[in-house]
Amino acid sequence: MIDLSLLTDGGVGWLDASGPSSHLVLSTRIRLARNLAGRVFQGRNSETEREDILSVVERAARESVLLRQATKFRLDRLERTDRQLLHERHLVSKELAGLDADGRVRSGASVLVQDRIGVMLNEEDHLRIQGLHSGFALEATYAEVDRLDSELGQRLAFAFHPEFGYLTSCPTNVGTGLRASVLIHLPGLVLTKEISKVLQGLAQVGLTFRGLYGEGSEVVGNFFQLSNQTTLGSSEHELLDHLGKMVRQVMDYEEQARQVLLRDAPAIIEDKVWRAYGLLRYARALSFEEAMNLLSGVRLGVGVSLIPDVAMYTLNKLLVYTQPAHLAVAEGVAPTDADLPIRRARFVRKVLESEVGRRG
Amino acid sequence: MSCDQCREREAVIHLTQIVNEQVTTLHLCERCAAEKGVESPSGVVKTPLGSFLAAMGKNLPETEPAPRSGETCGRCGGSFQDFRESGRLGCPECYRSFEIPLRELLRRLHGSTHHMGERYADRGAAPADGRVETADLREQLRLAVETENFELAAELRDRLRVME
Repeated sequence: MIDLSLLTDGGVGWLDASGPSSHLVLSTRIRLARNLAGRVFQGRNSETEREDILSVVERAARESVLLRQATKFRLDRLERTDRQLLHERHLVSKELAGLDADGRVRSGASVLVQDRIGVMLNEEDHLRIQGLHSGFALEATYAEVDRLDSELGQRLAFAFHPEFGYLTSCPTNVGTGLRASVLIHLPGLVLTKEISKVLQGLAQVGLTFRGLYGEGSEVVGNFFQLSNQTTLGSSEHELLDHLGKMVRQVMDYEEQARQVLLRDAPAIIEDKVWRAYGLLRYARALSFEEAMNLLSGVRLGVGVSLIPDVAMYTLNKLLVYTQPAHLAVAEGVAPTDADLPIRRARFVRKVLESEVGRRG
Repeated sequence: MSCDQCREREAVIHLTQIVNEQVTTLHLCERCAAEKGVESPSGVVKTPLGSFLAAMGKNLPETEPAPRSGETCGRCGGSFQDFRESGRLGCPECYRSFEIPLRELLRRLHGSTHHMGERYADRGAAPADGRVETADLREQLRLAVETENFELAAELRDRLRVME
């Protein structure tokens, strides 16, 4: 079993709900795709080459300030549950964790993590430099990721083309190699059925959305990851500005939708959020999906001040720790355990009892 | 217009079918269309590269000097066909080996072929002096003219003028 206590904050500092606009935005993540010059991309390289990349990059990381004390996880030497755990913490992609349909982990697949930044190794690209902050914090996250990119770039030769920019295995990432994602909670737009219009609008301005776990994941609990679609033709700051402007607009729409709901259907909304709270507090079995949807309802209730005394931090914690691998590890069972829904409900009750004031 | 199927929601997808030489048009809402297995416009977003690659295969004019199938990258041995199938290139050199079709693809994907972000060569070096930058712009201009990207060439020329 891996020891996540090695990480200063367990790698989940982003869920403390301390960041800007954290009542709507859970986290901001930015990654930069980089490849080493003169080496074939991951799809065509061998086990030996991947080991070599790992040792070259790790050496550079140990000489850097930002990753000097990074914790290294070799995904290819971890059990599936542990890999899933890292994925549920948003520290590694599904692909790197080998959780795709074929369920195989690539040799050399690793991640280095220190505080809020890190680098995935032997992912689709040789390096995926990444940063994860609490709340809506594009500039702060980019500043850190950019610093790490400079530090590593001084020690490693990156594949760079004078016209195309940073070269990546997939041309969808070429140029800046930058993908910024804002994980945002939009129950108001979902309930008022405005969400598809908003998402279509975002597609028209070059943004895309994904589910809670990024690429290829479903939308659960009304959480959407909004991110830039293109990586070439604009500078890093232009990409971030554009995404930032659009996210702020979506946040405004969400606030308006909530006002409309409270004005036109206050009784229905009040019933909905308290019903969600009641189920979380008293249910004896909860599937992951049901828990996510109920947490979404309570989060909405807290956001519009209908439910007092529940901290966003508590809700974020429940969001992370009720995921299958987290719960399984905490309970010492397999993530496929048939009792998991019962254990989940018990865990949620315990947290709510100990962390929530006795009003309402 | 309401959906032909559920008669409740607004029809957003208009499907023309030809069955036994009879043309019928079906107006569907997003949900009924999804049930019928018709992909909605928002569904396409999920695999941008797939649809772009498909479109590329169809739209490449015959005159365009696309690499002949079987032509491979001198560095990694990958072919453009390999890329079409996997969506991933073999090595950094592939960007030179398959430059022409890739340039077209980048334009479709990103609306541009020119990196405007941070430049790797700048890293750790002294701040780029004007001379280096204009030389770089000149090189980009030369490339733009060569590849008949006149819109970009005009933009680069304007930027050079400002700098000089």
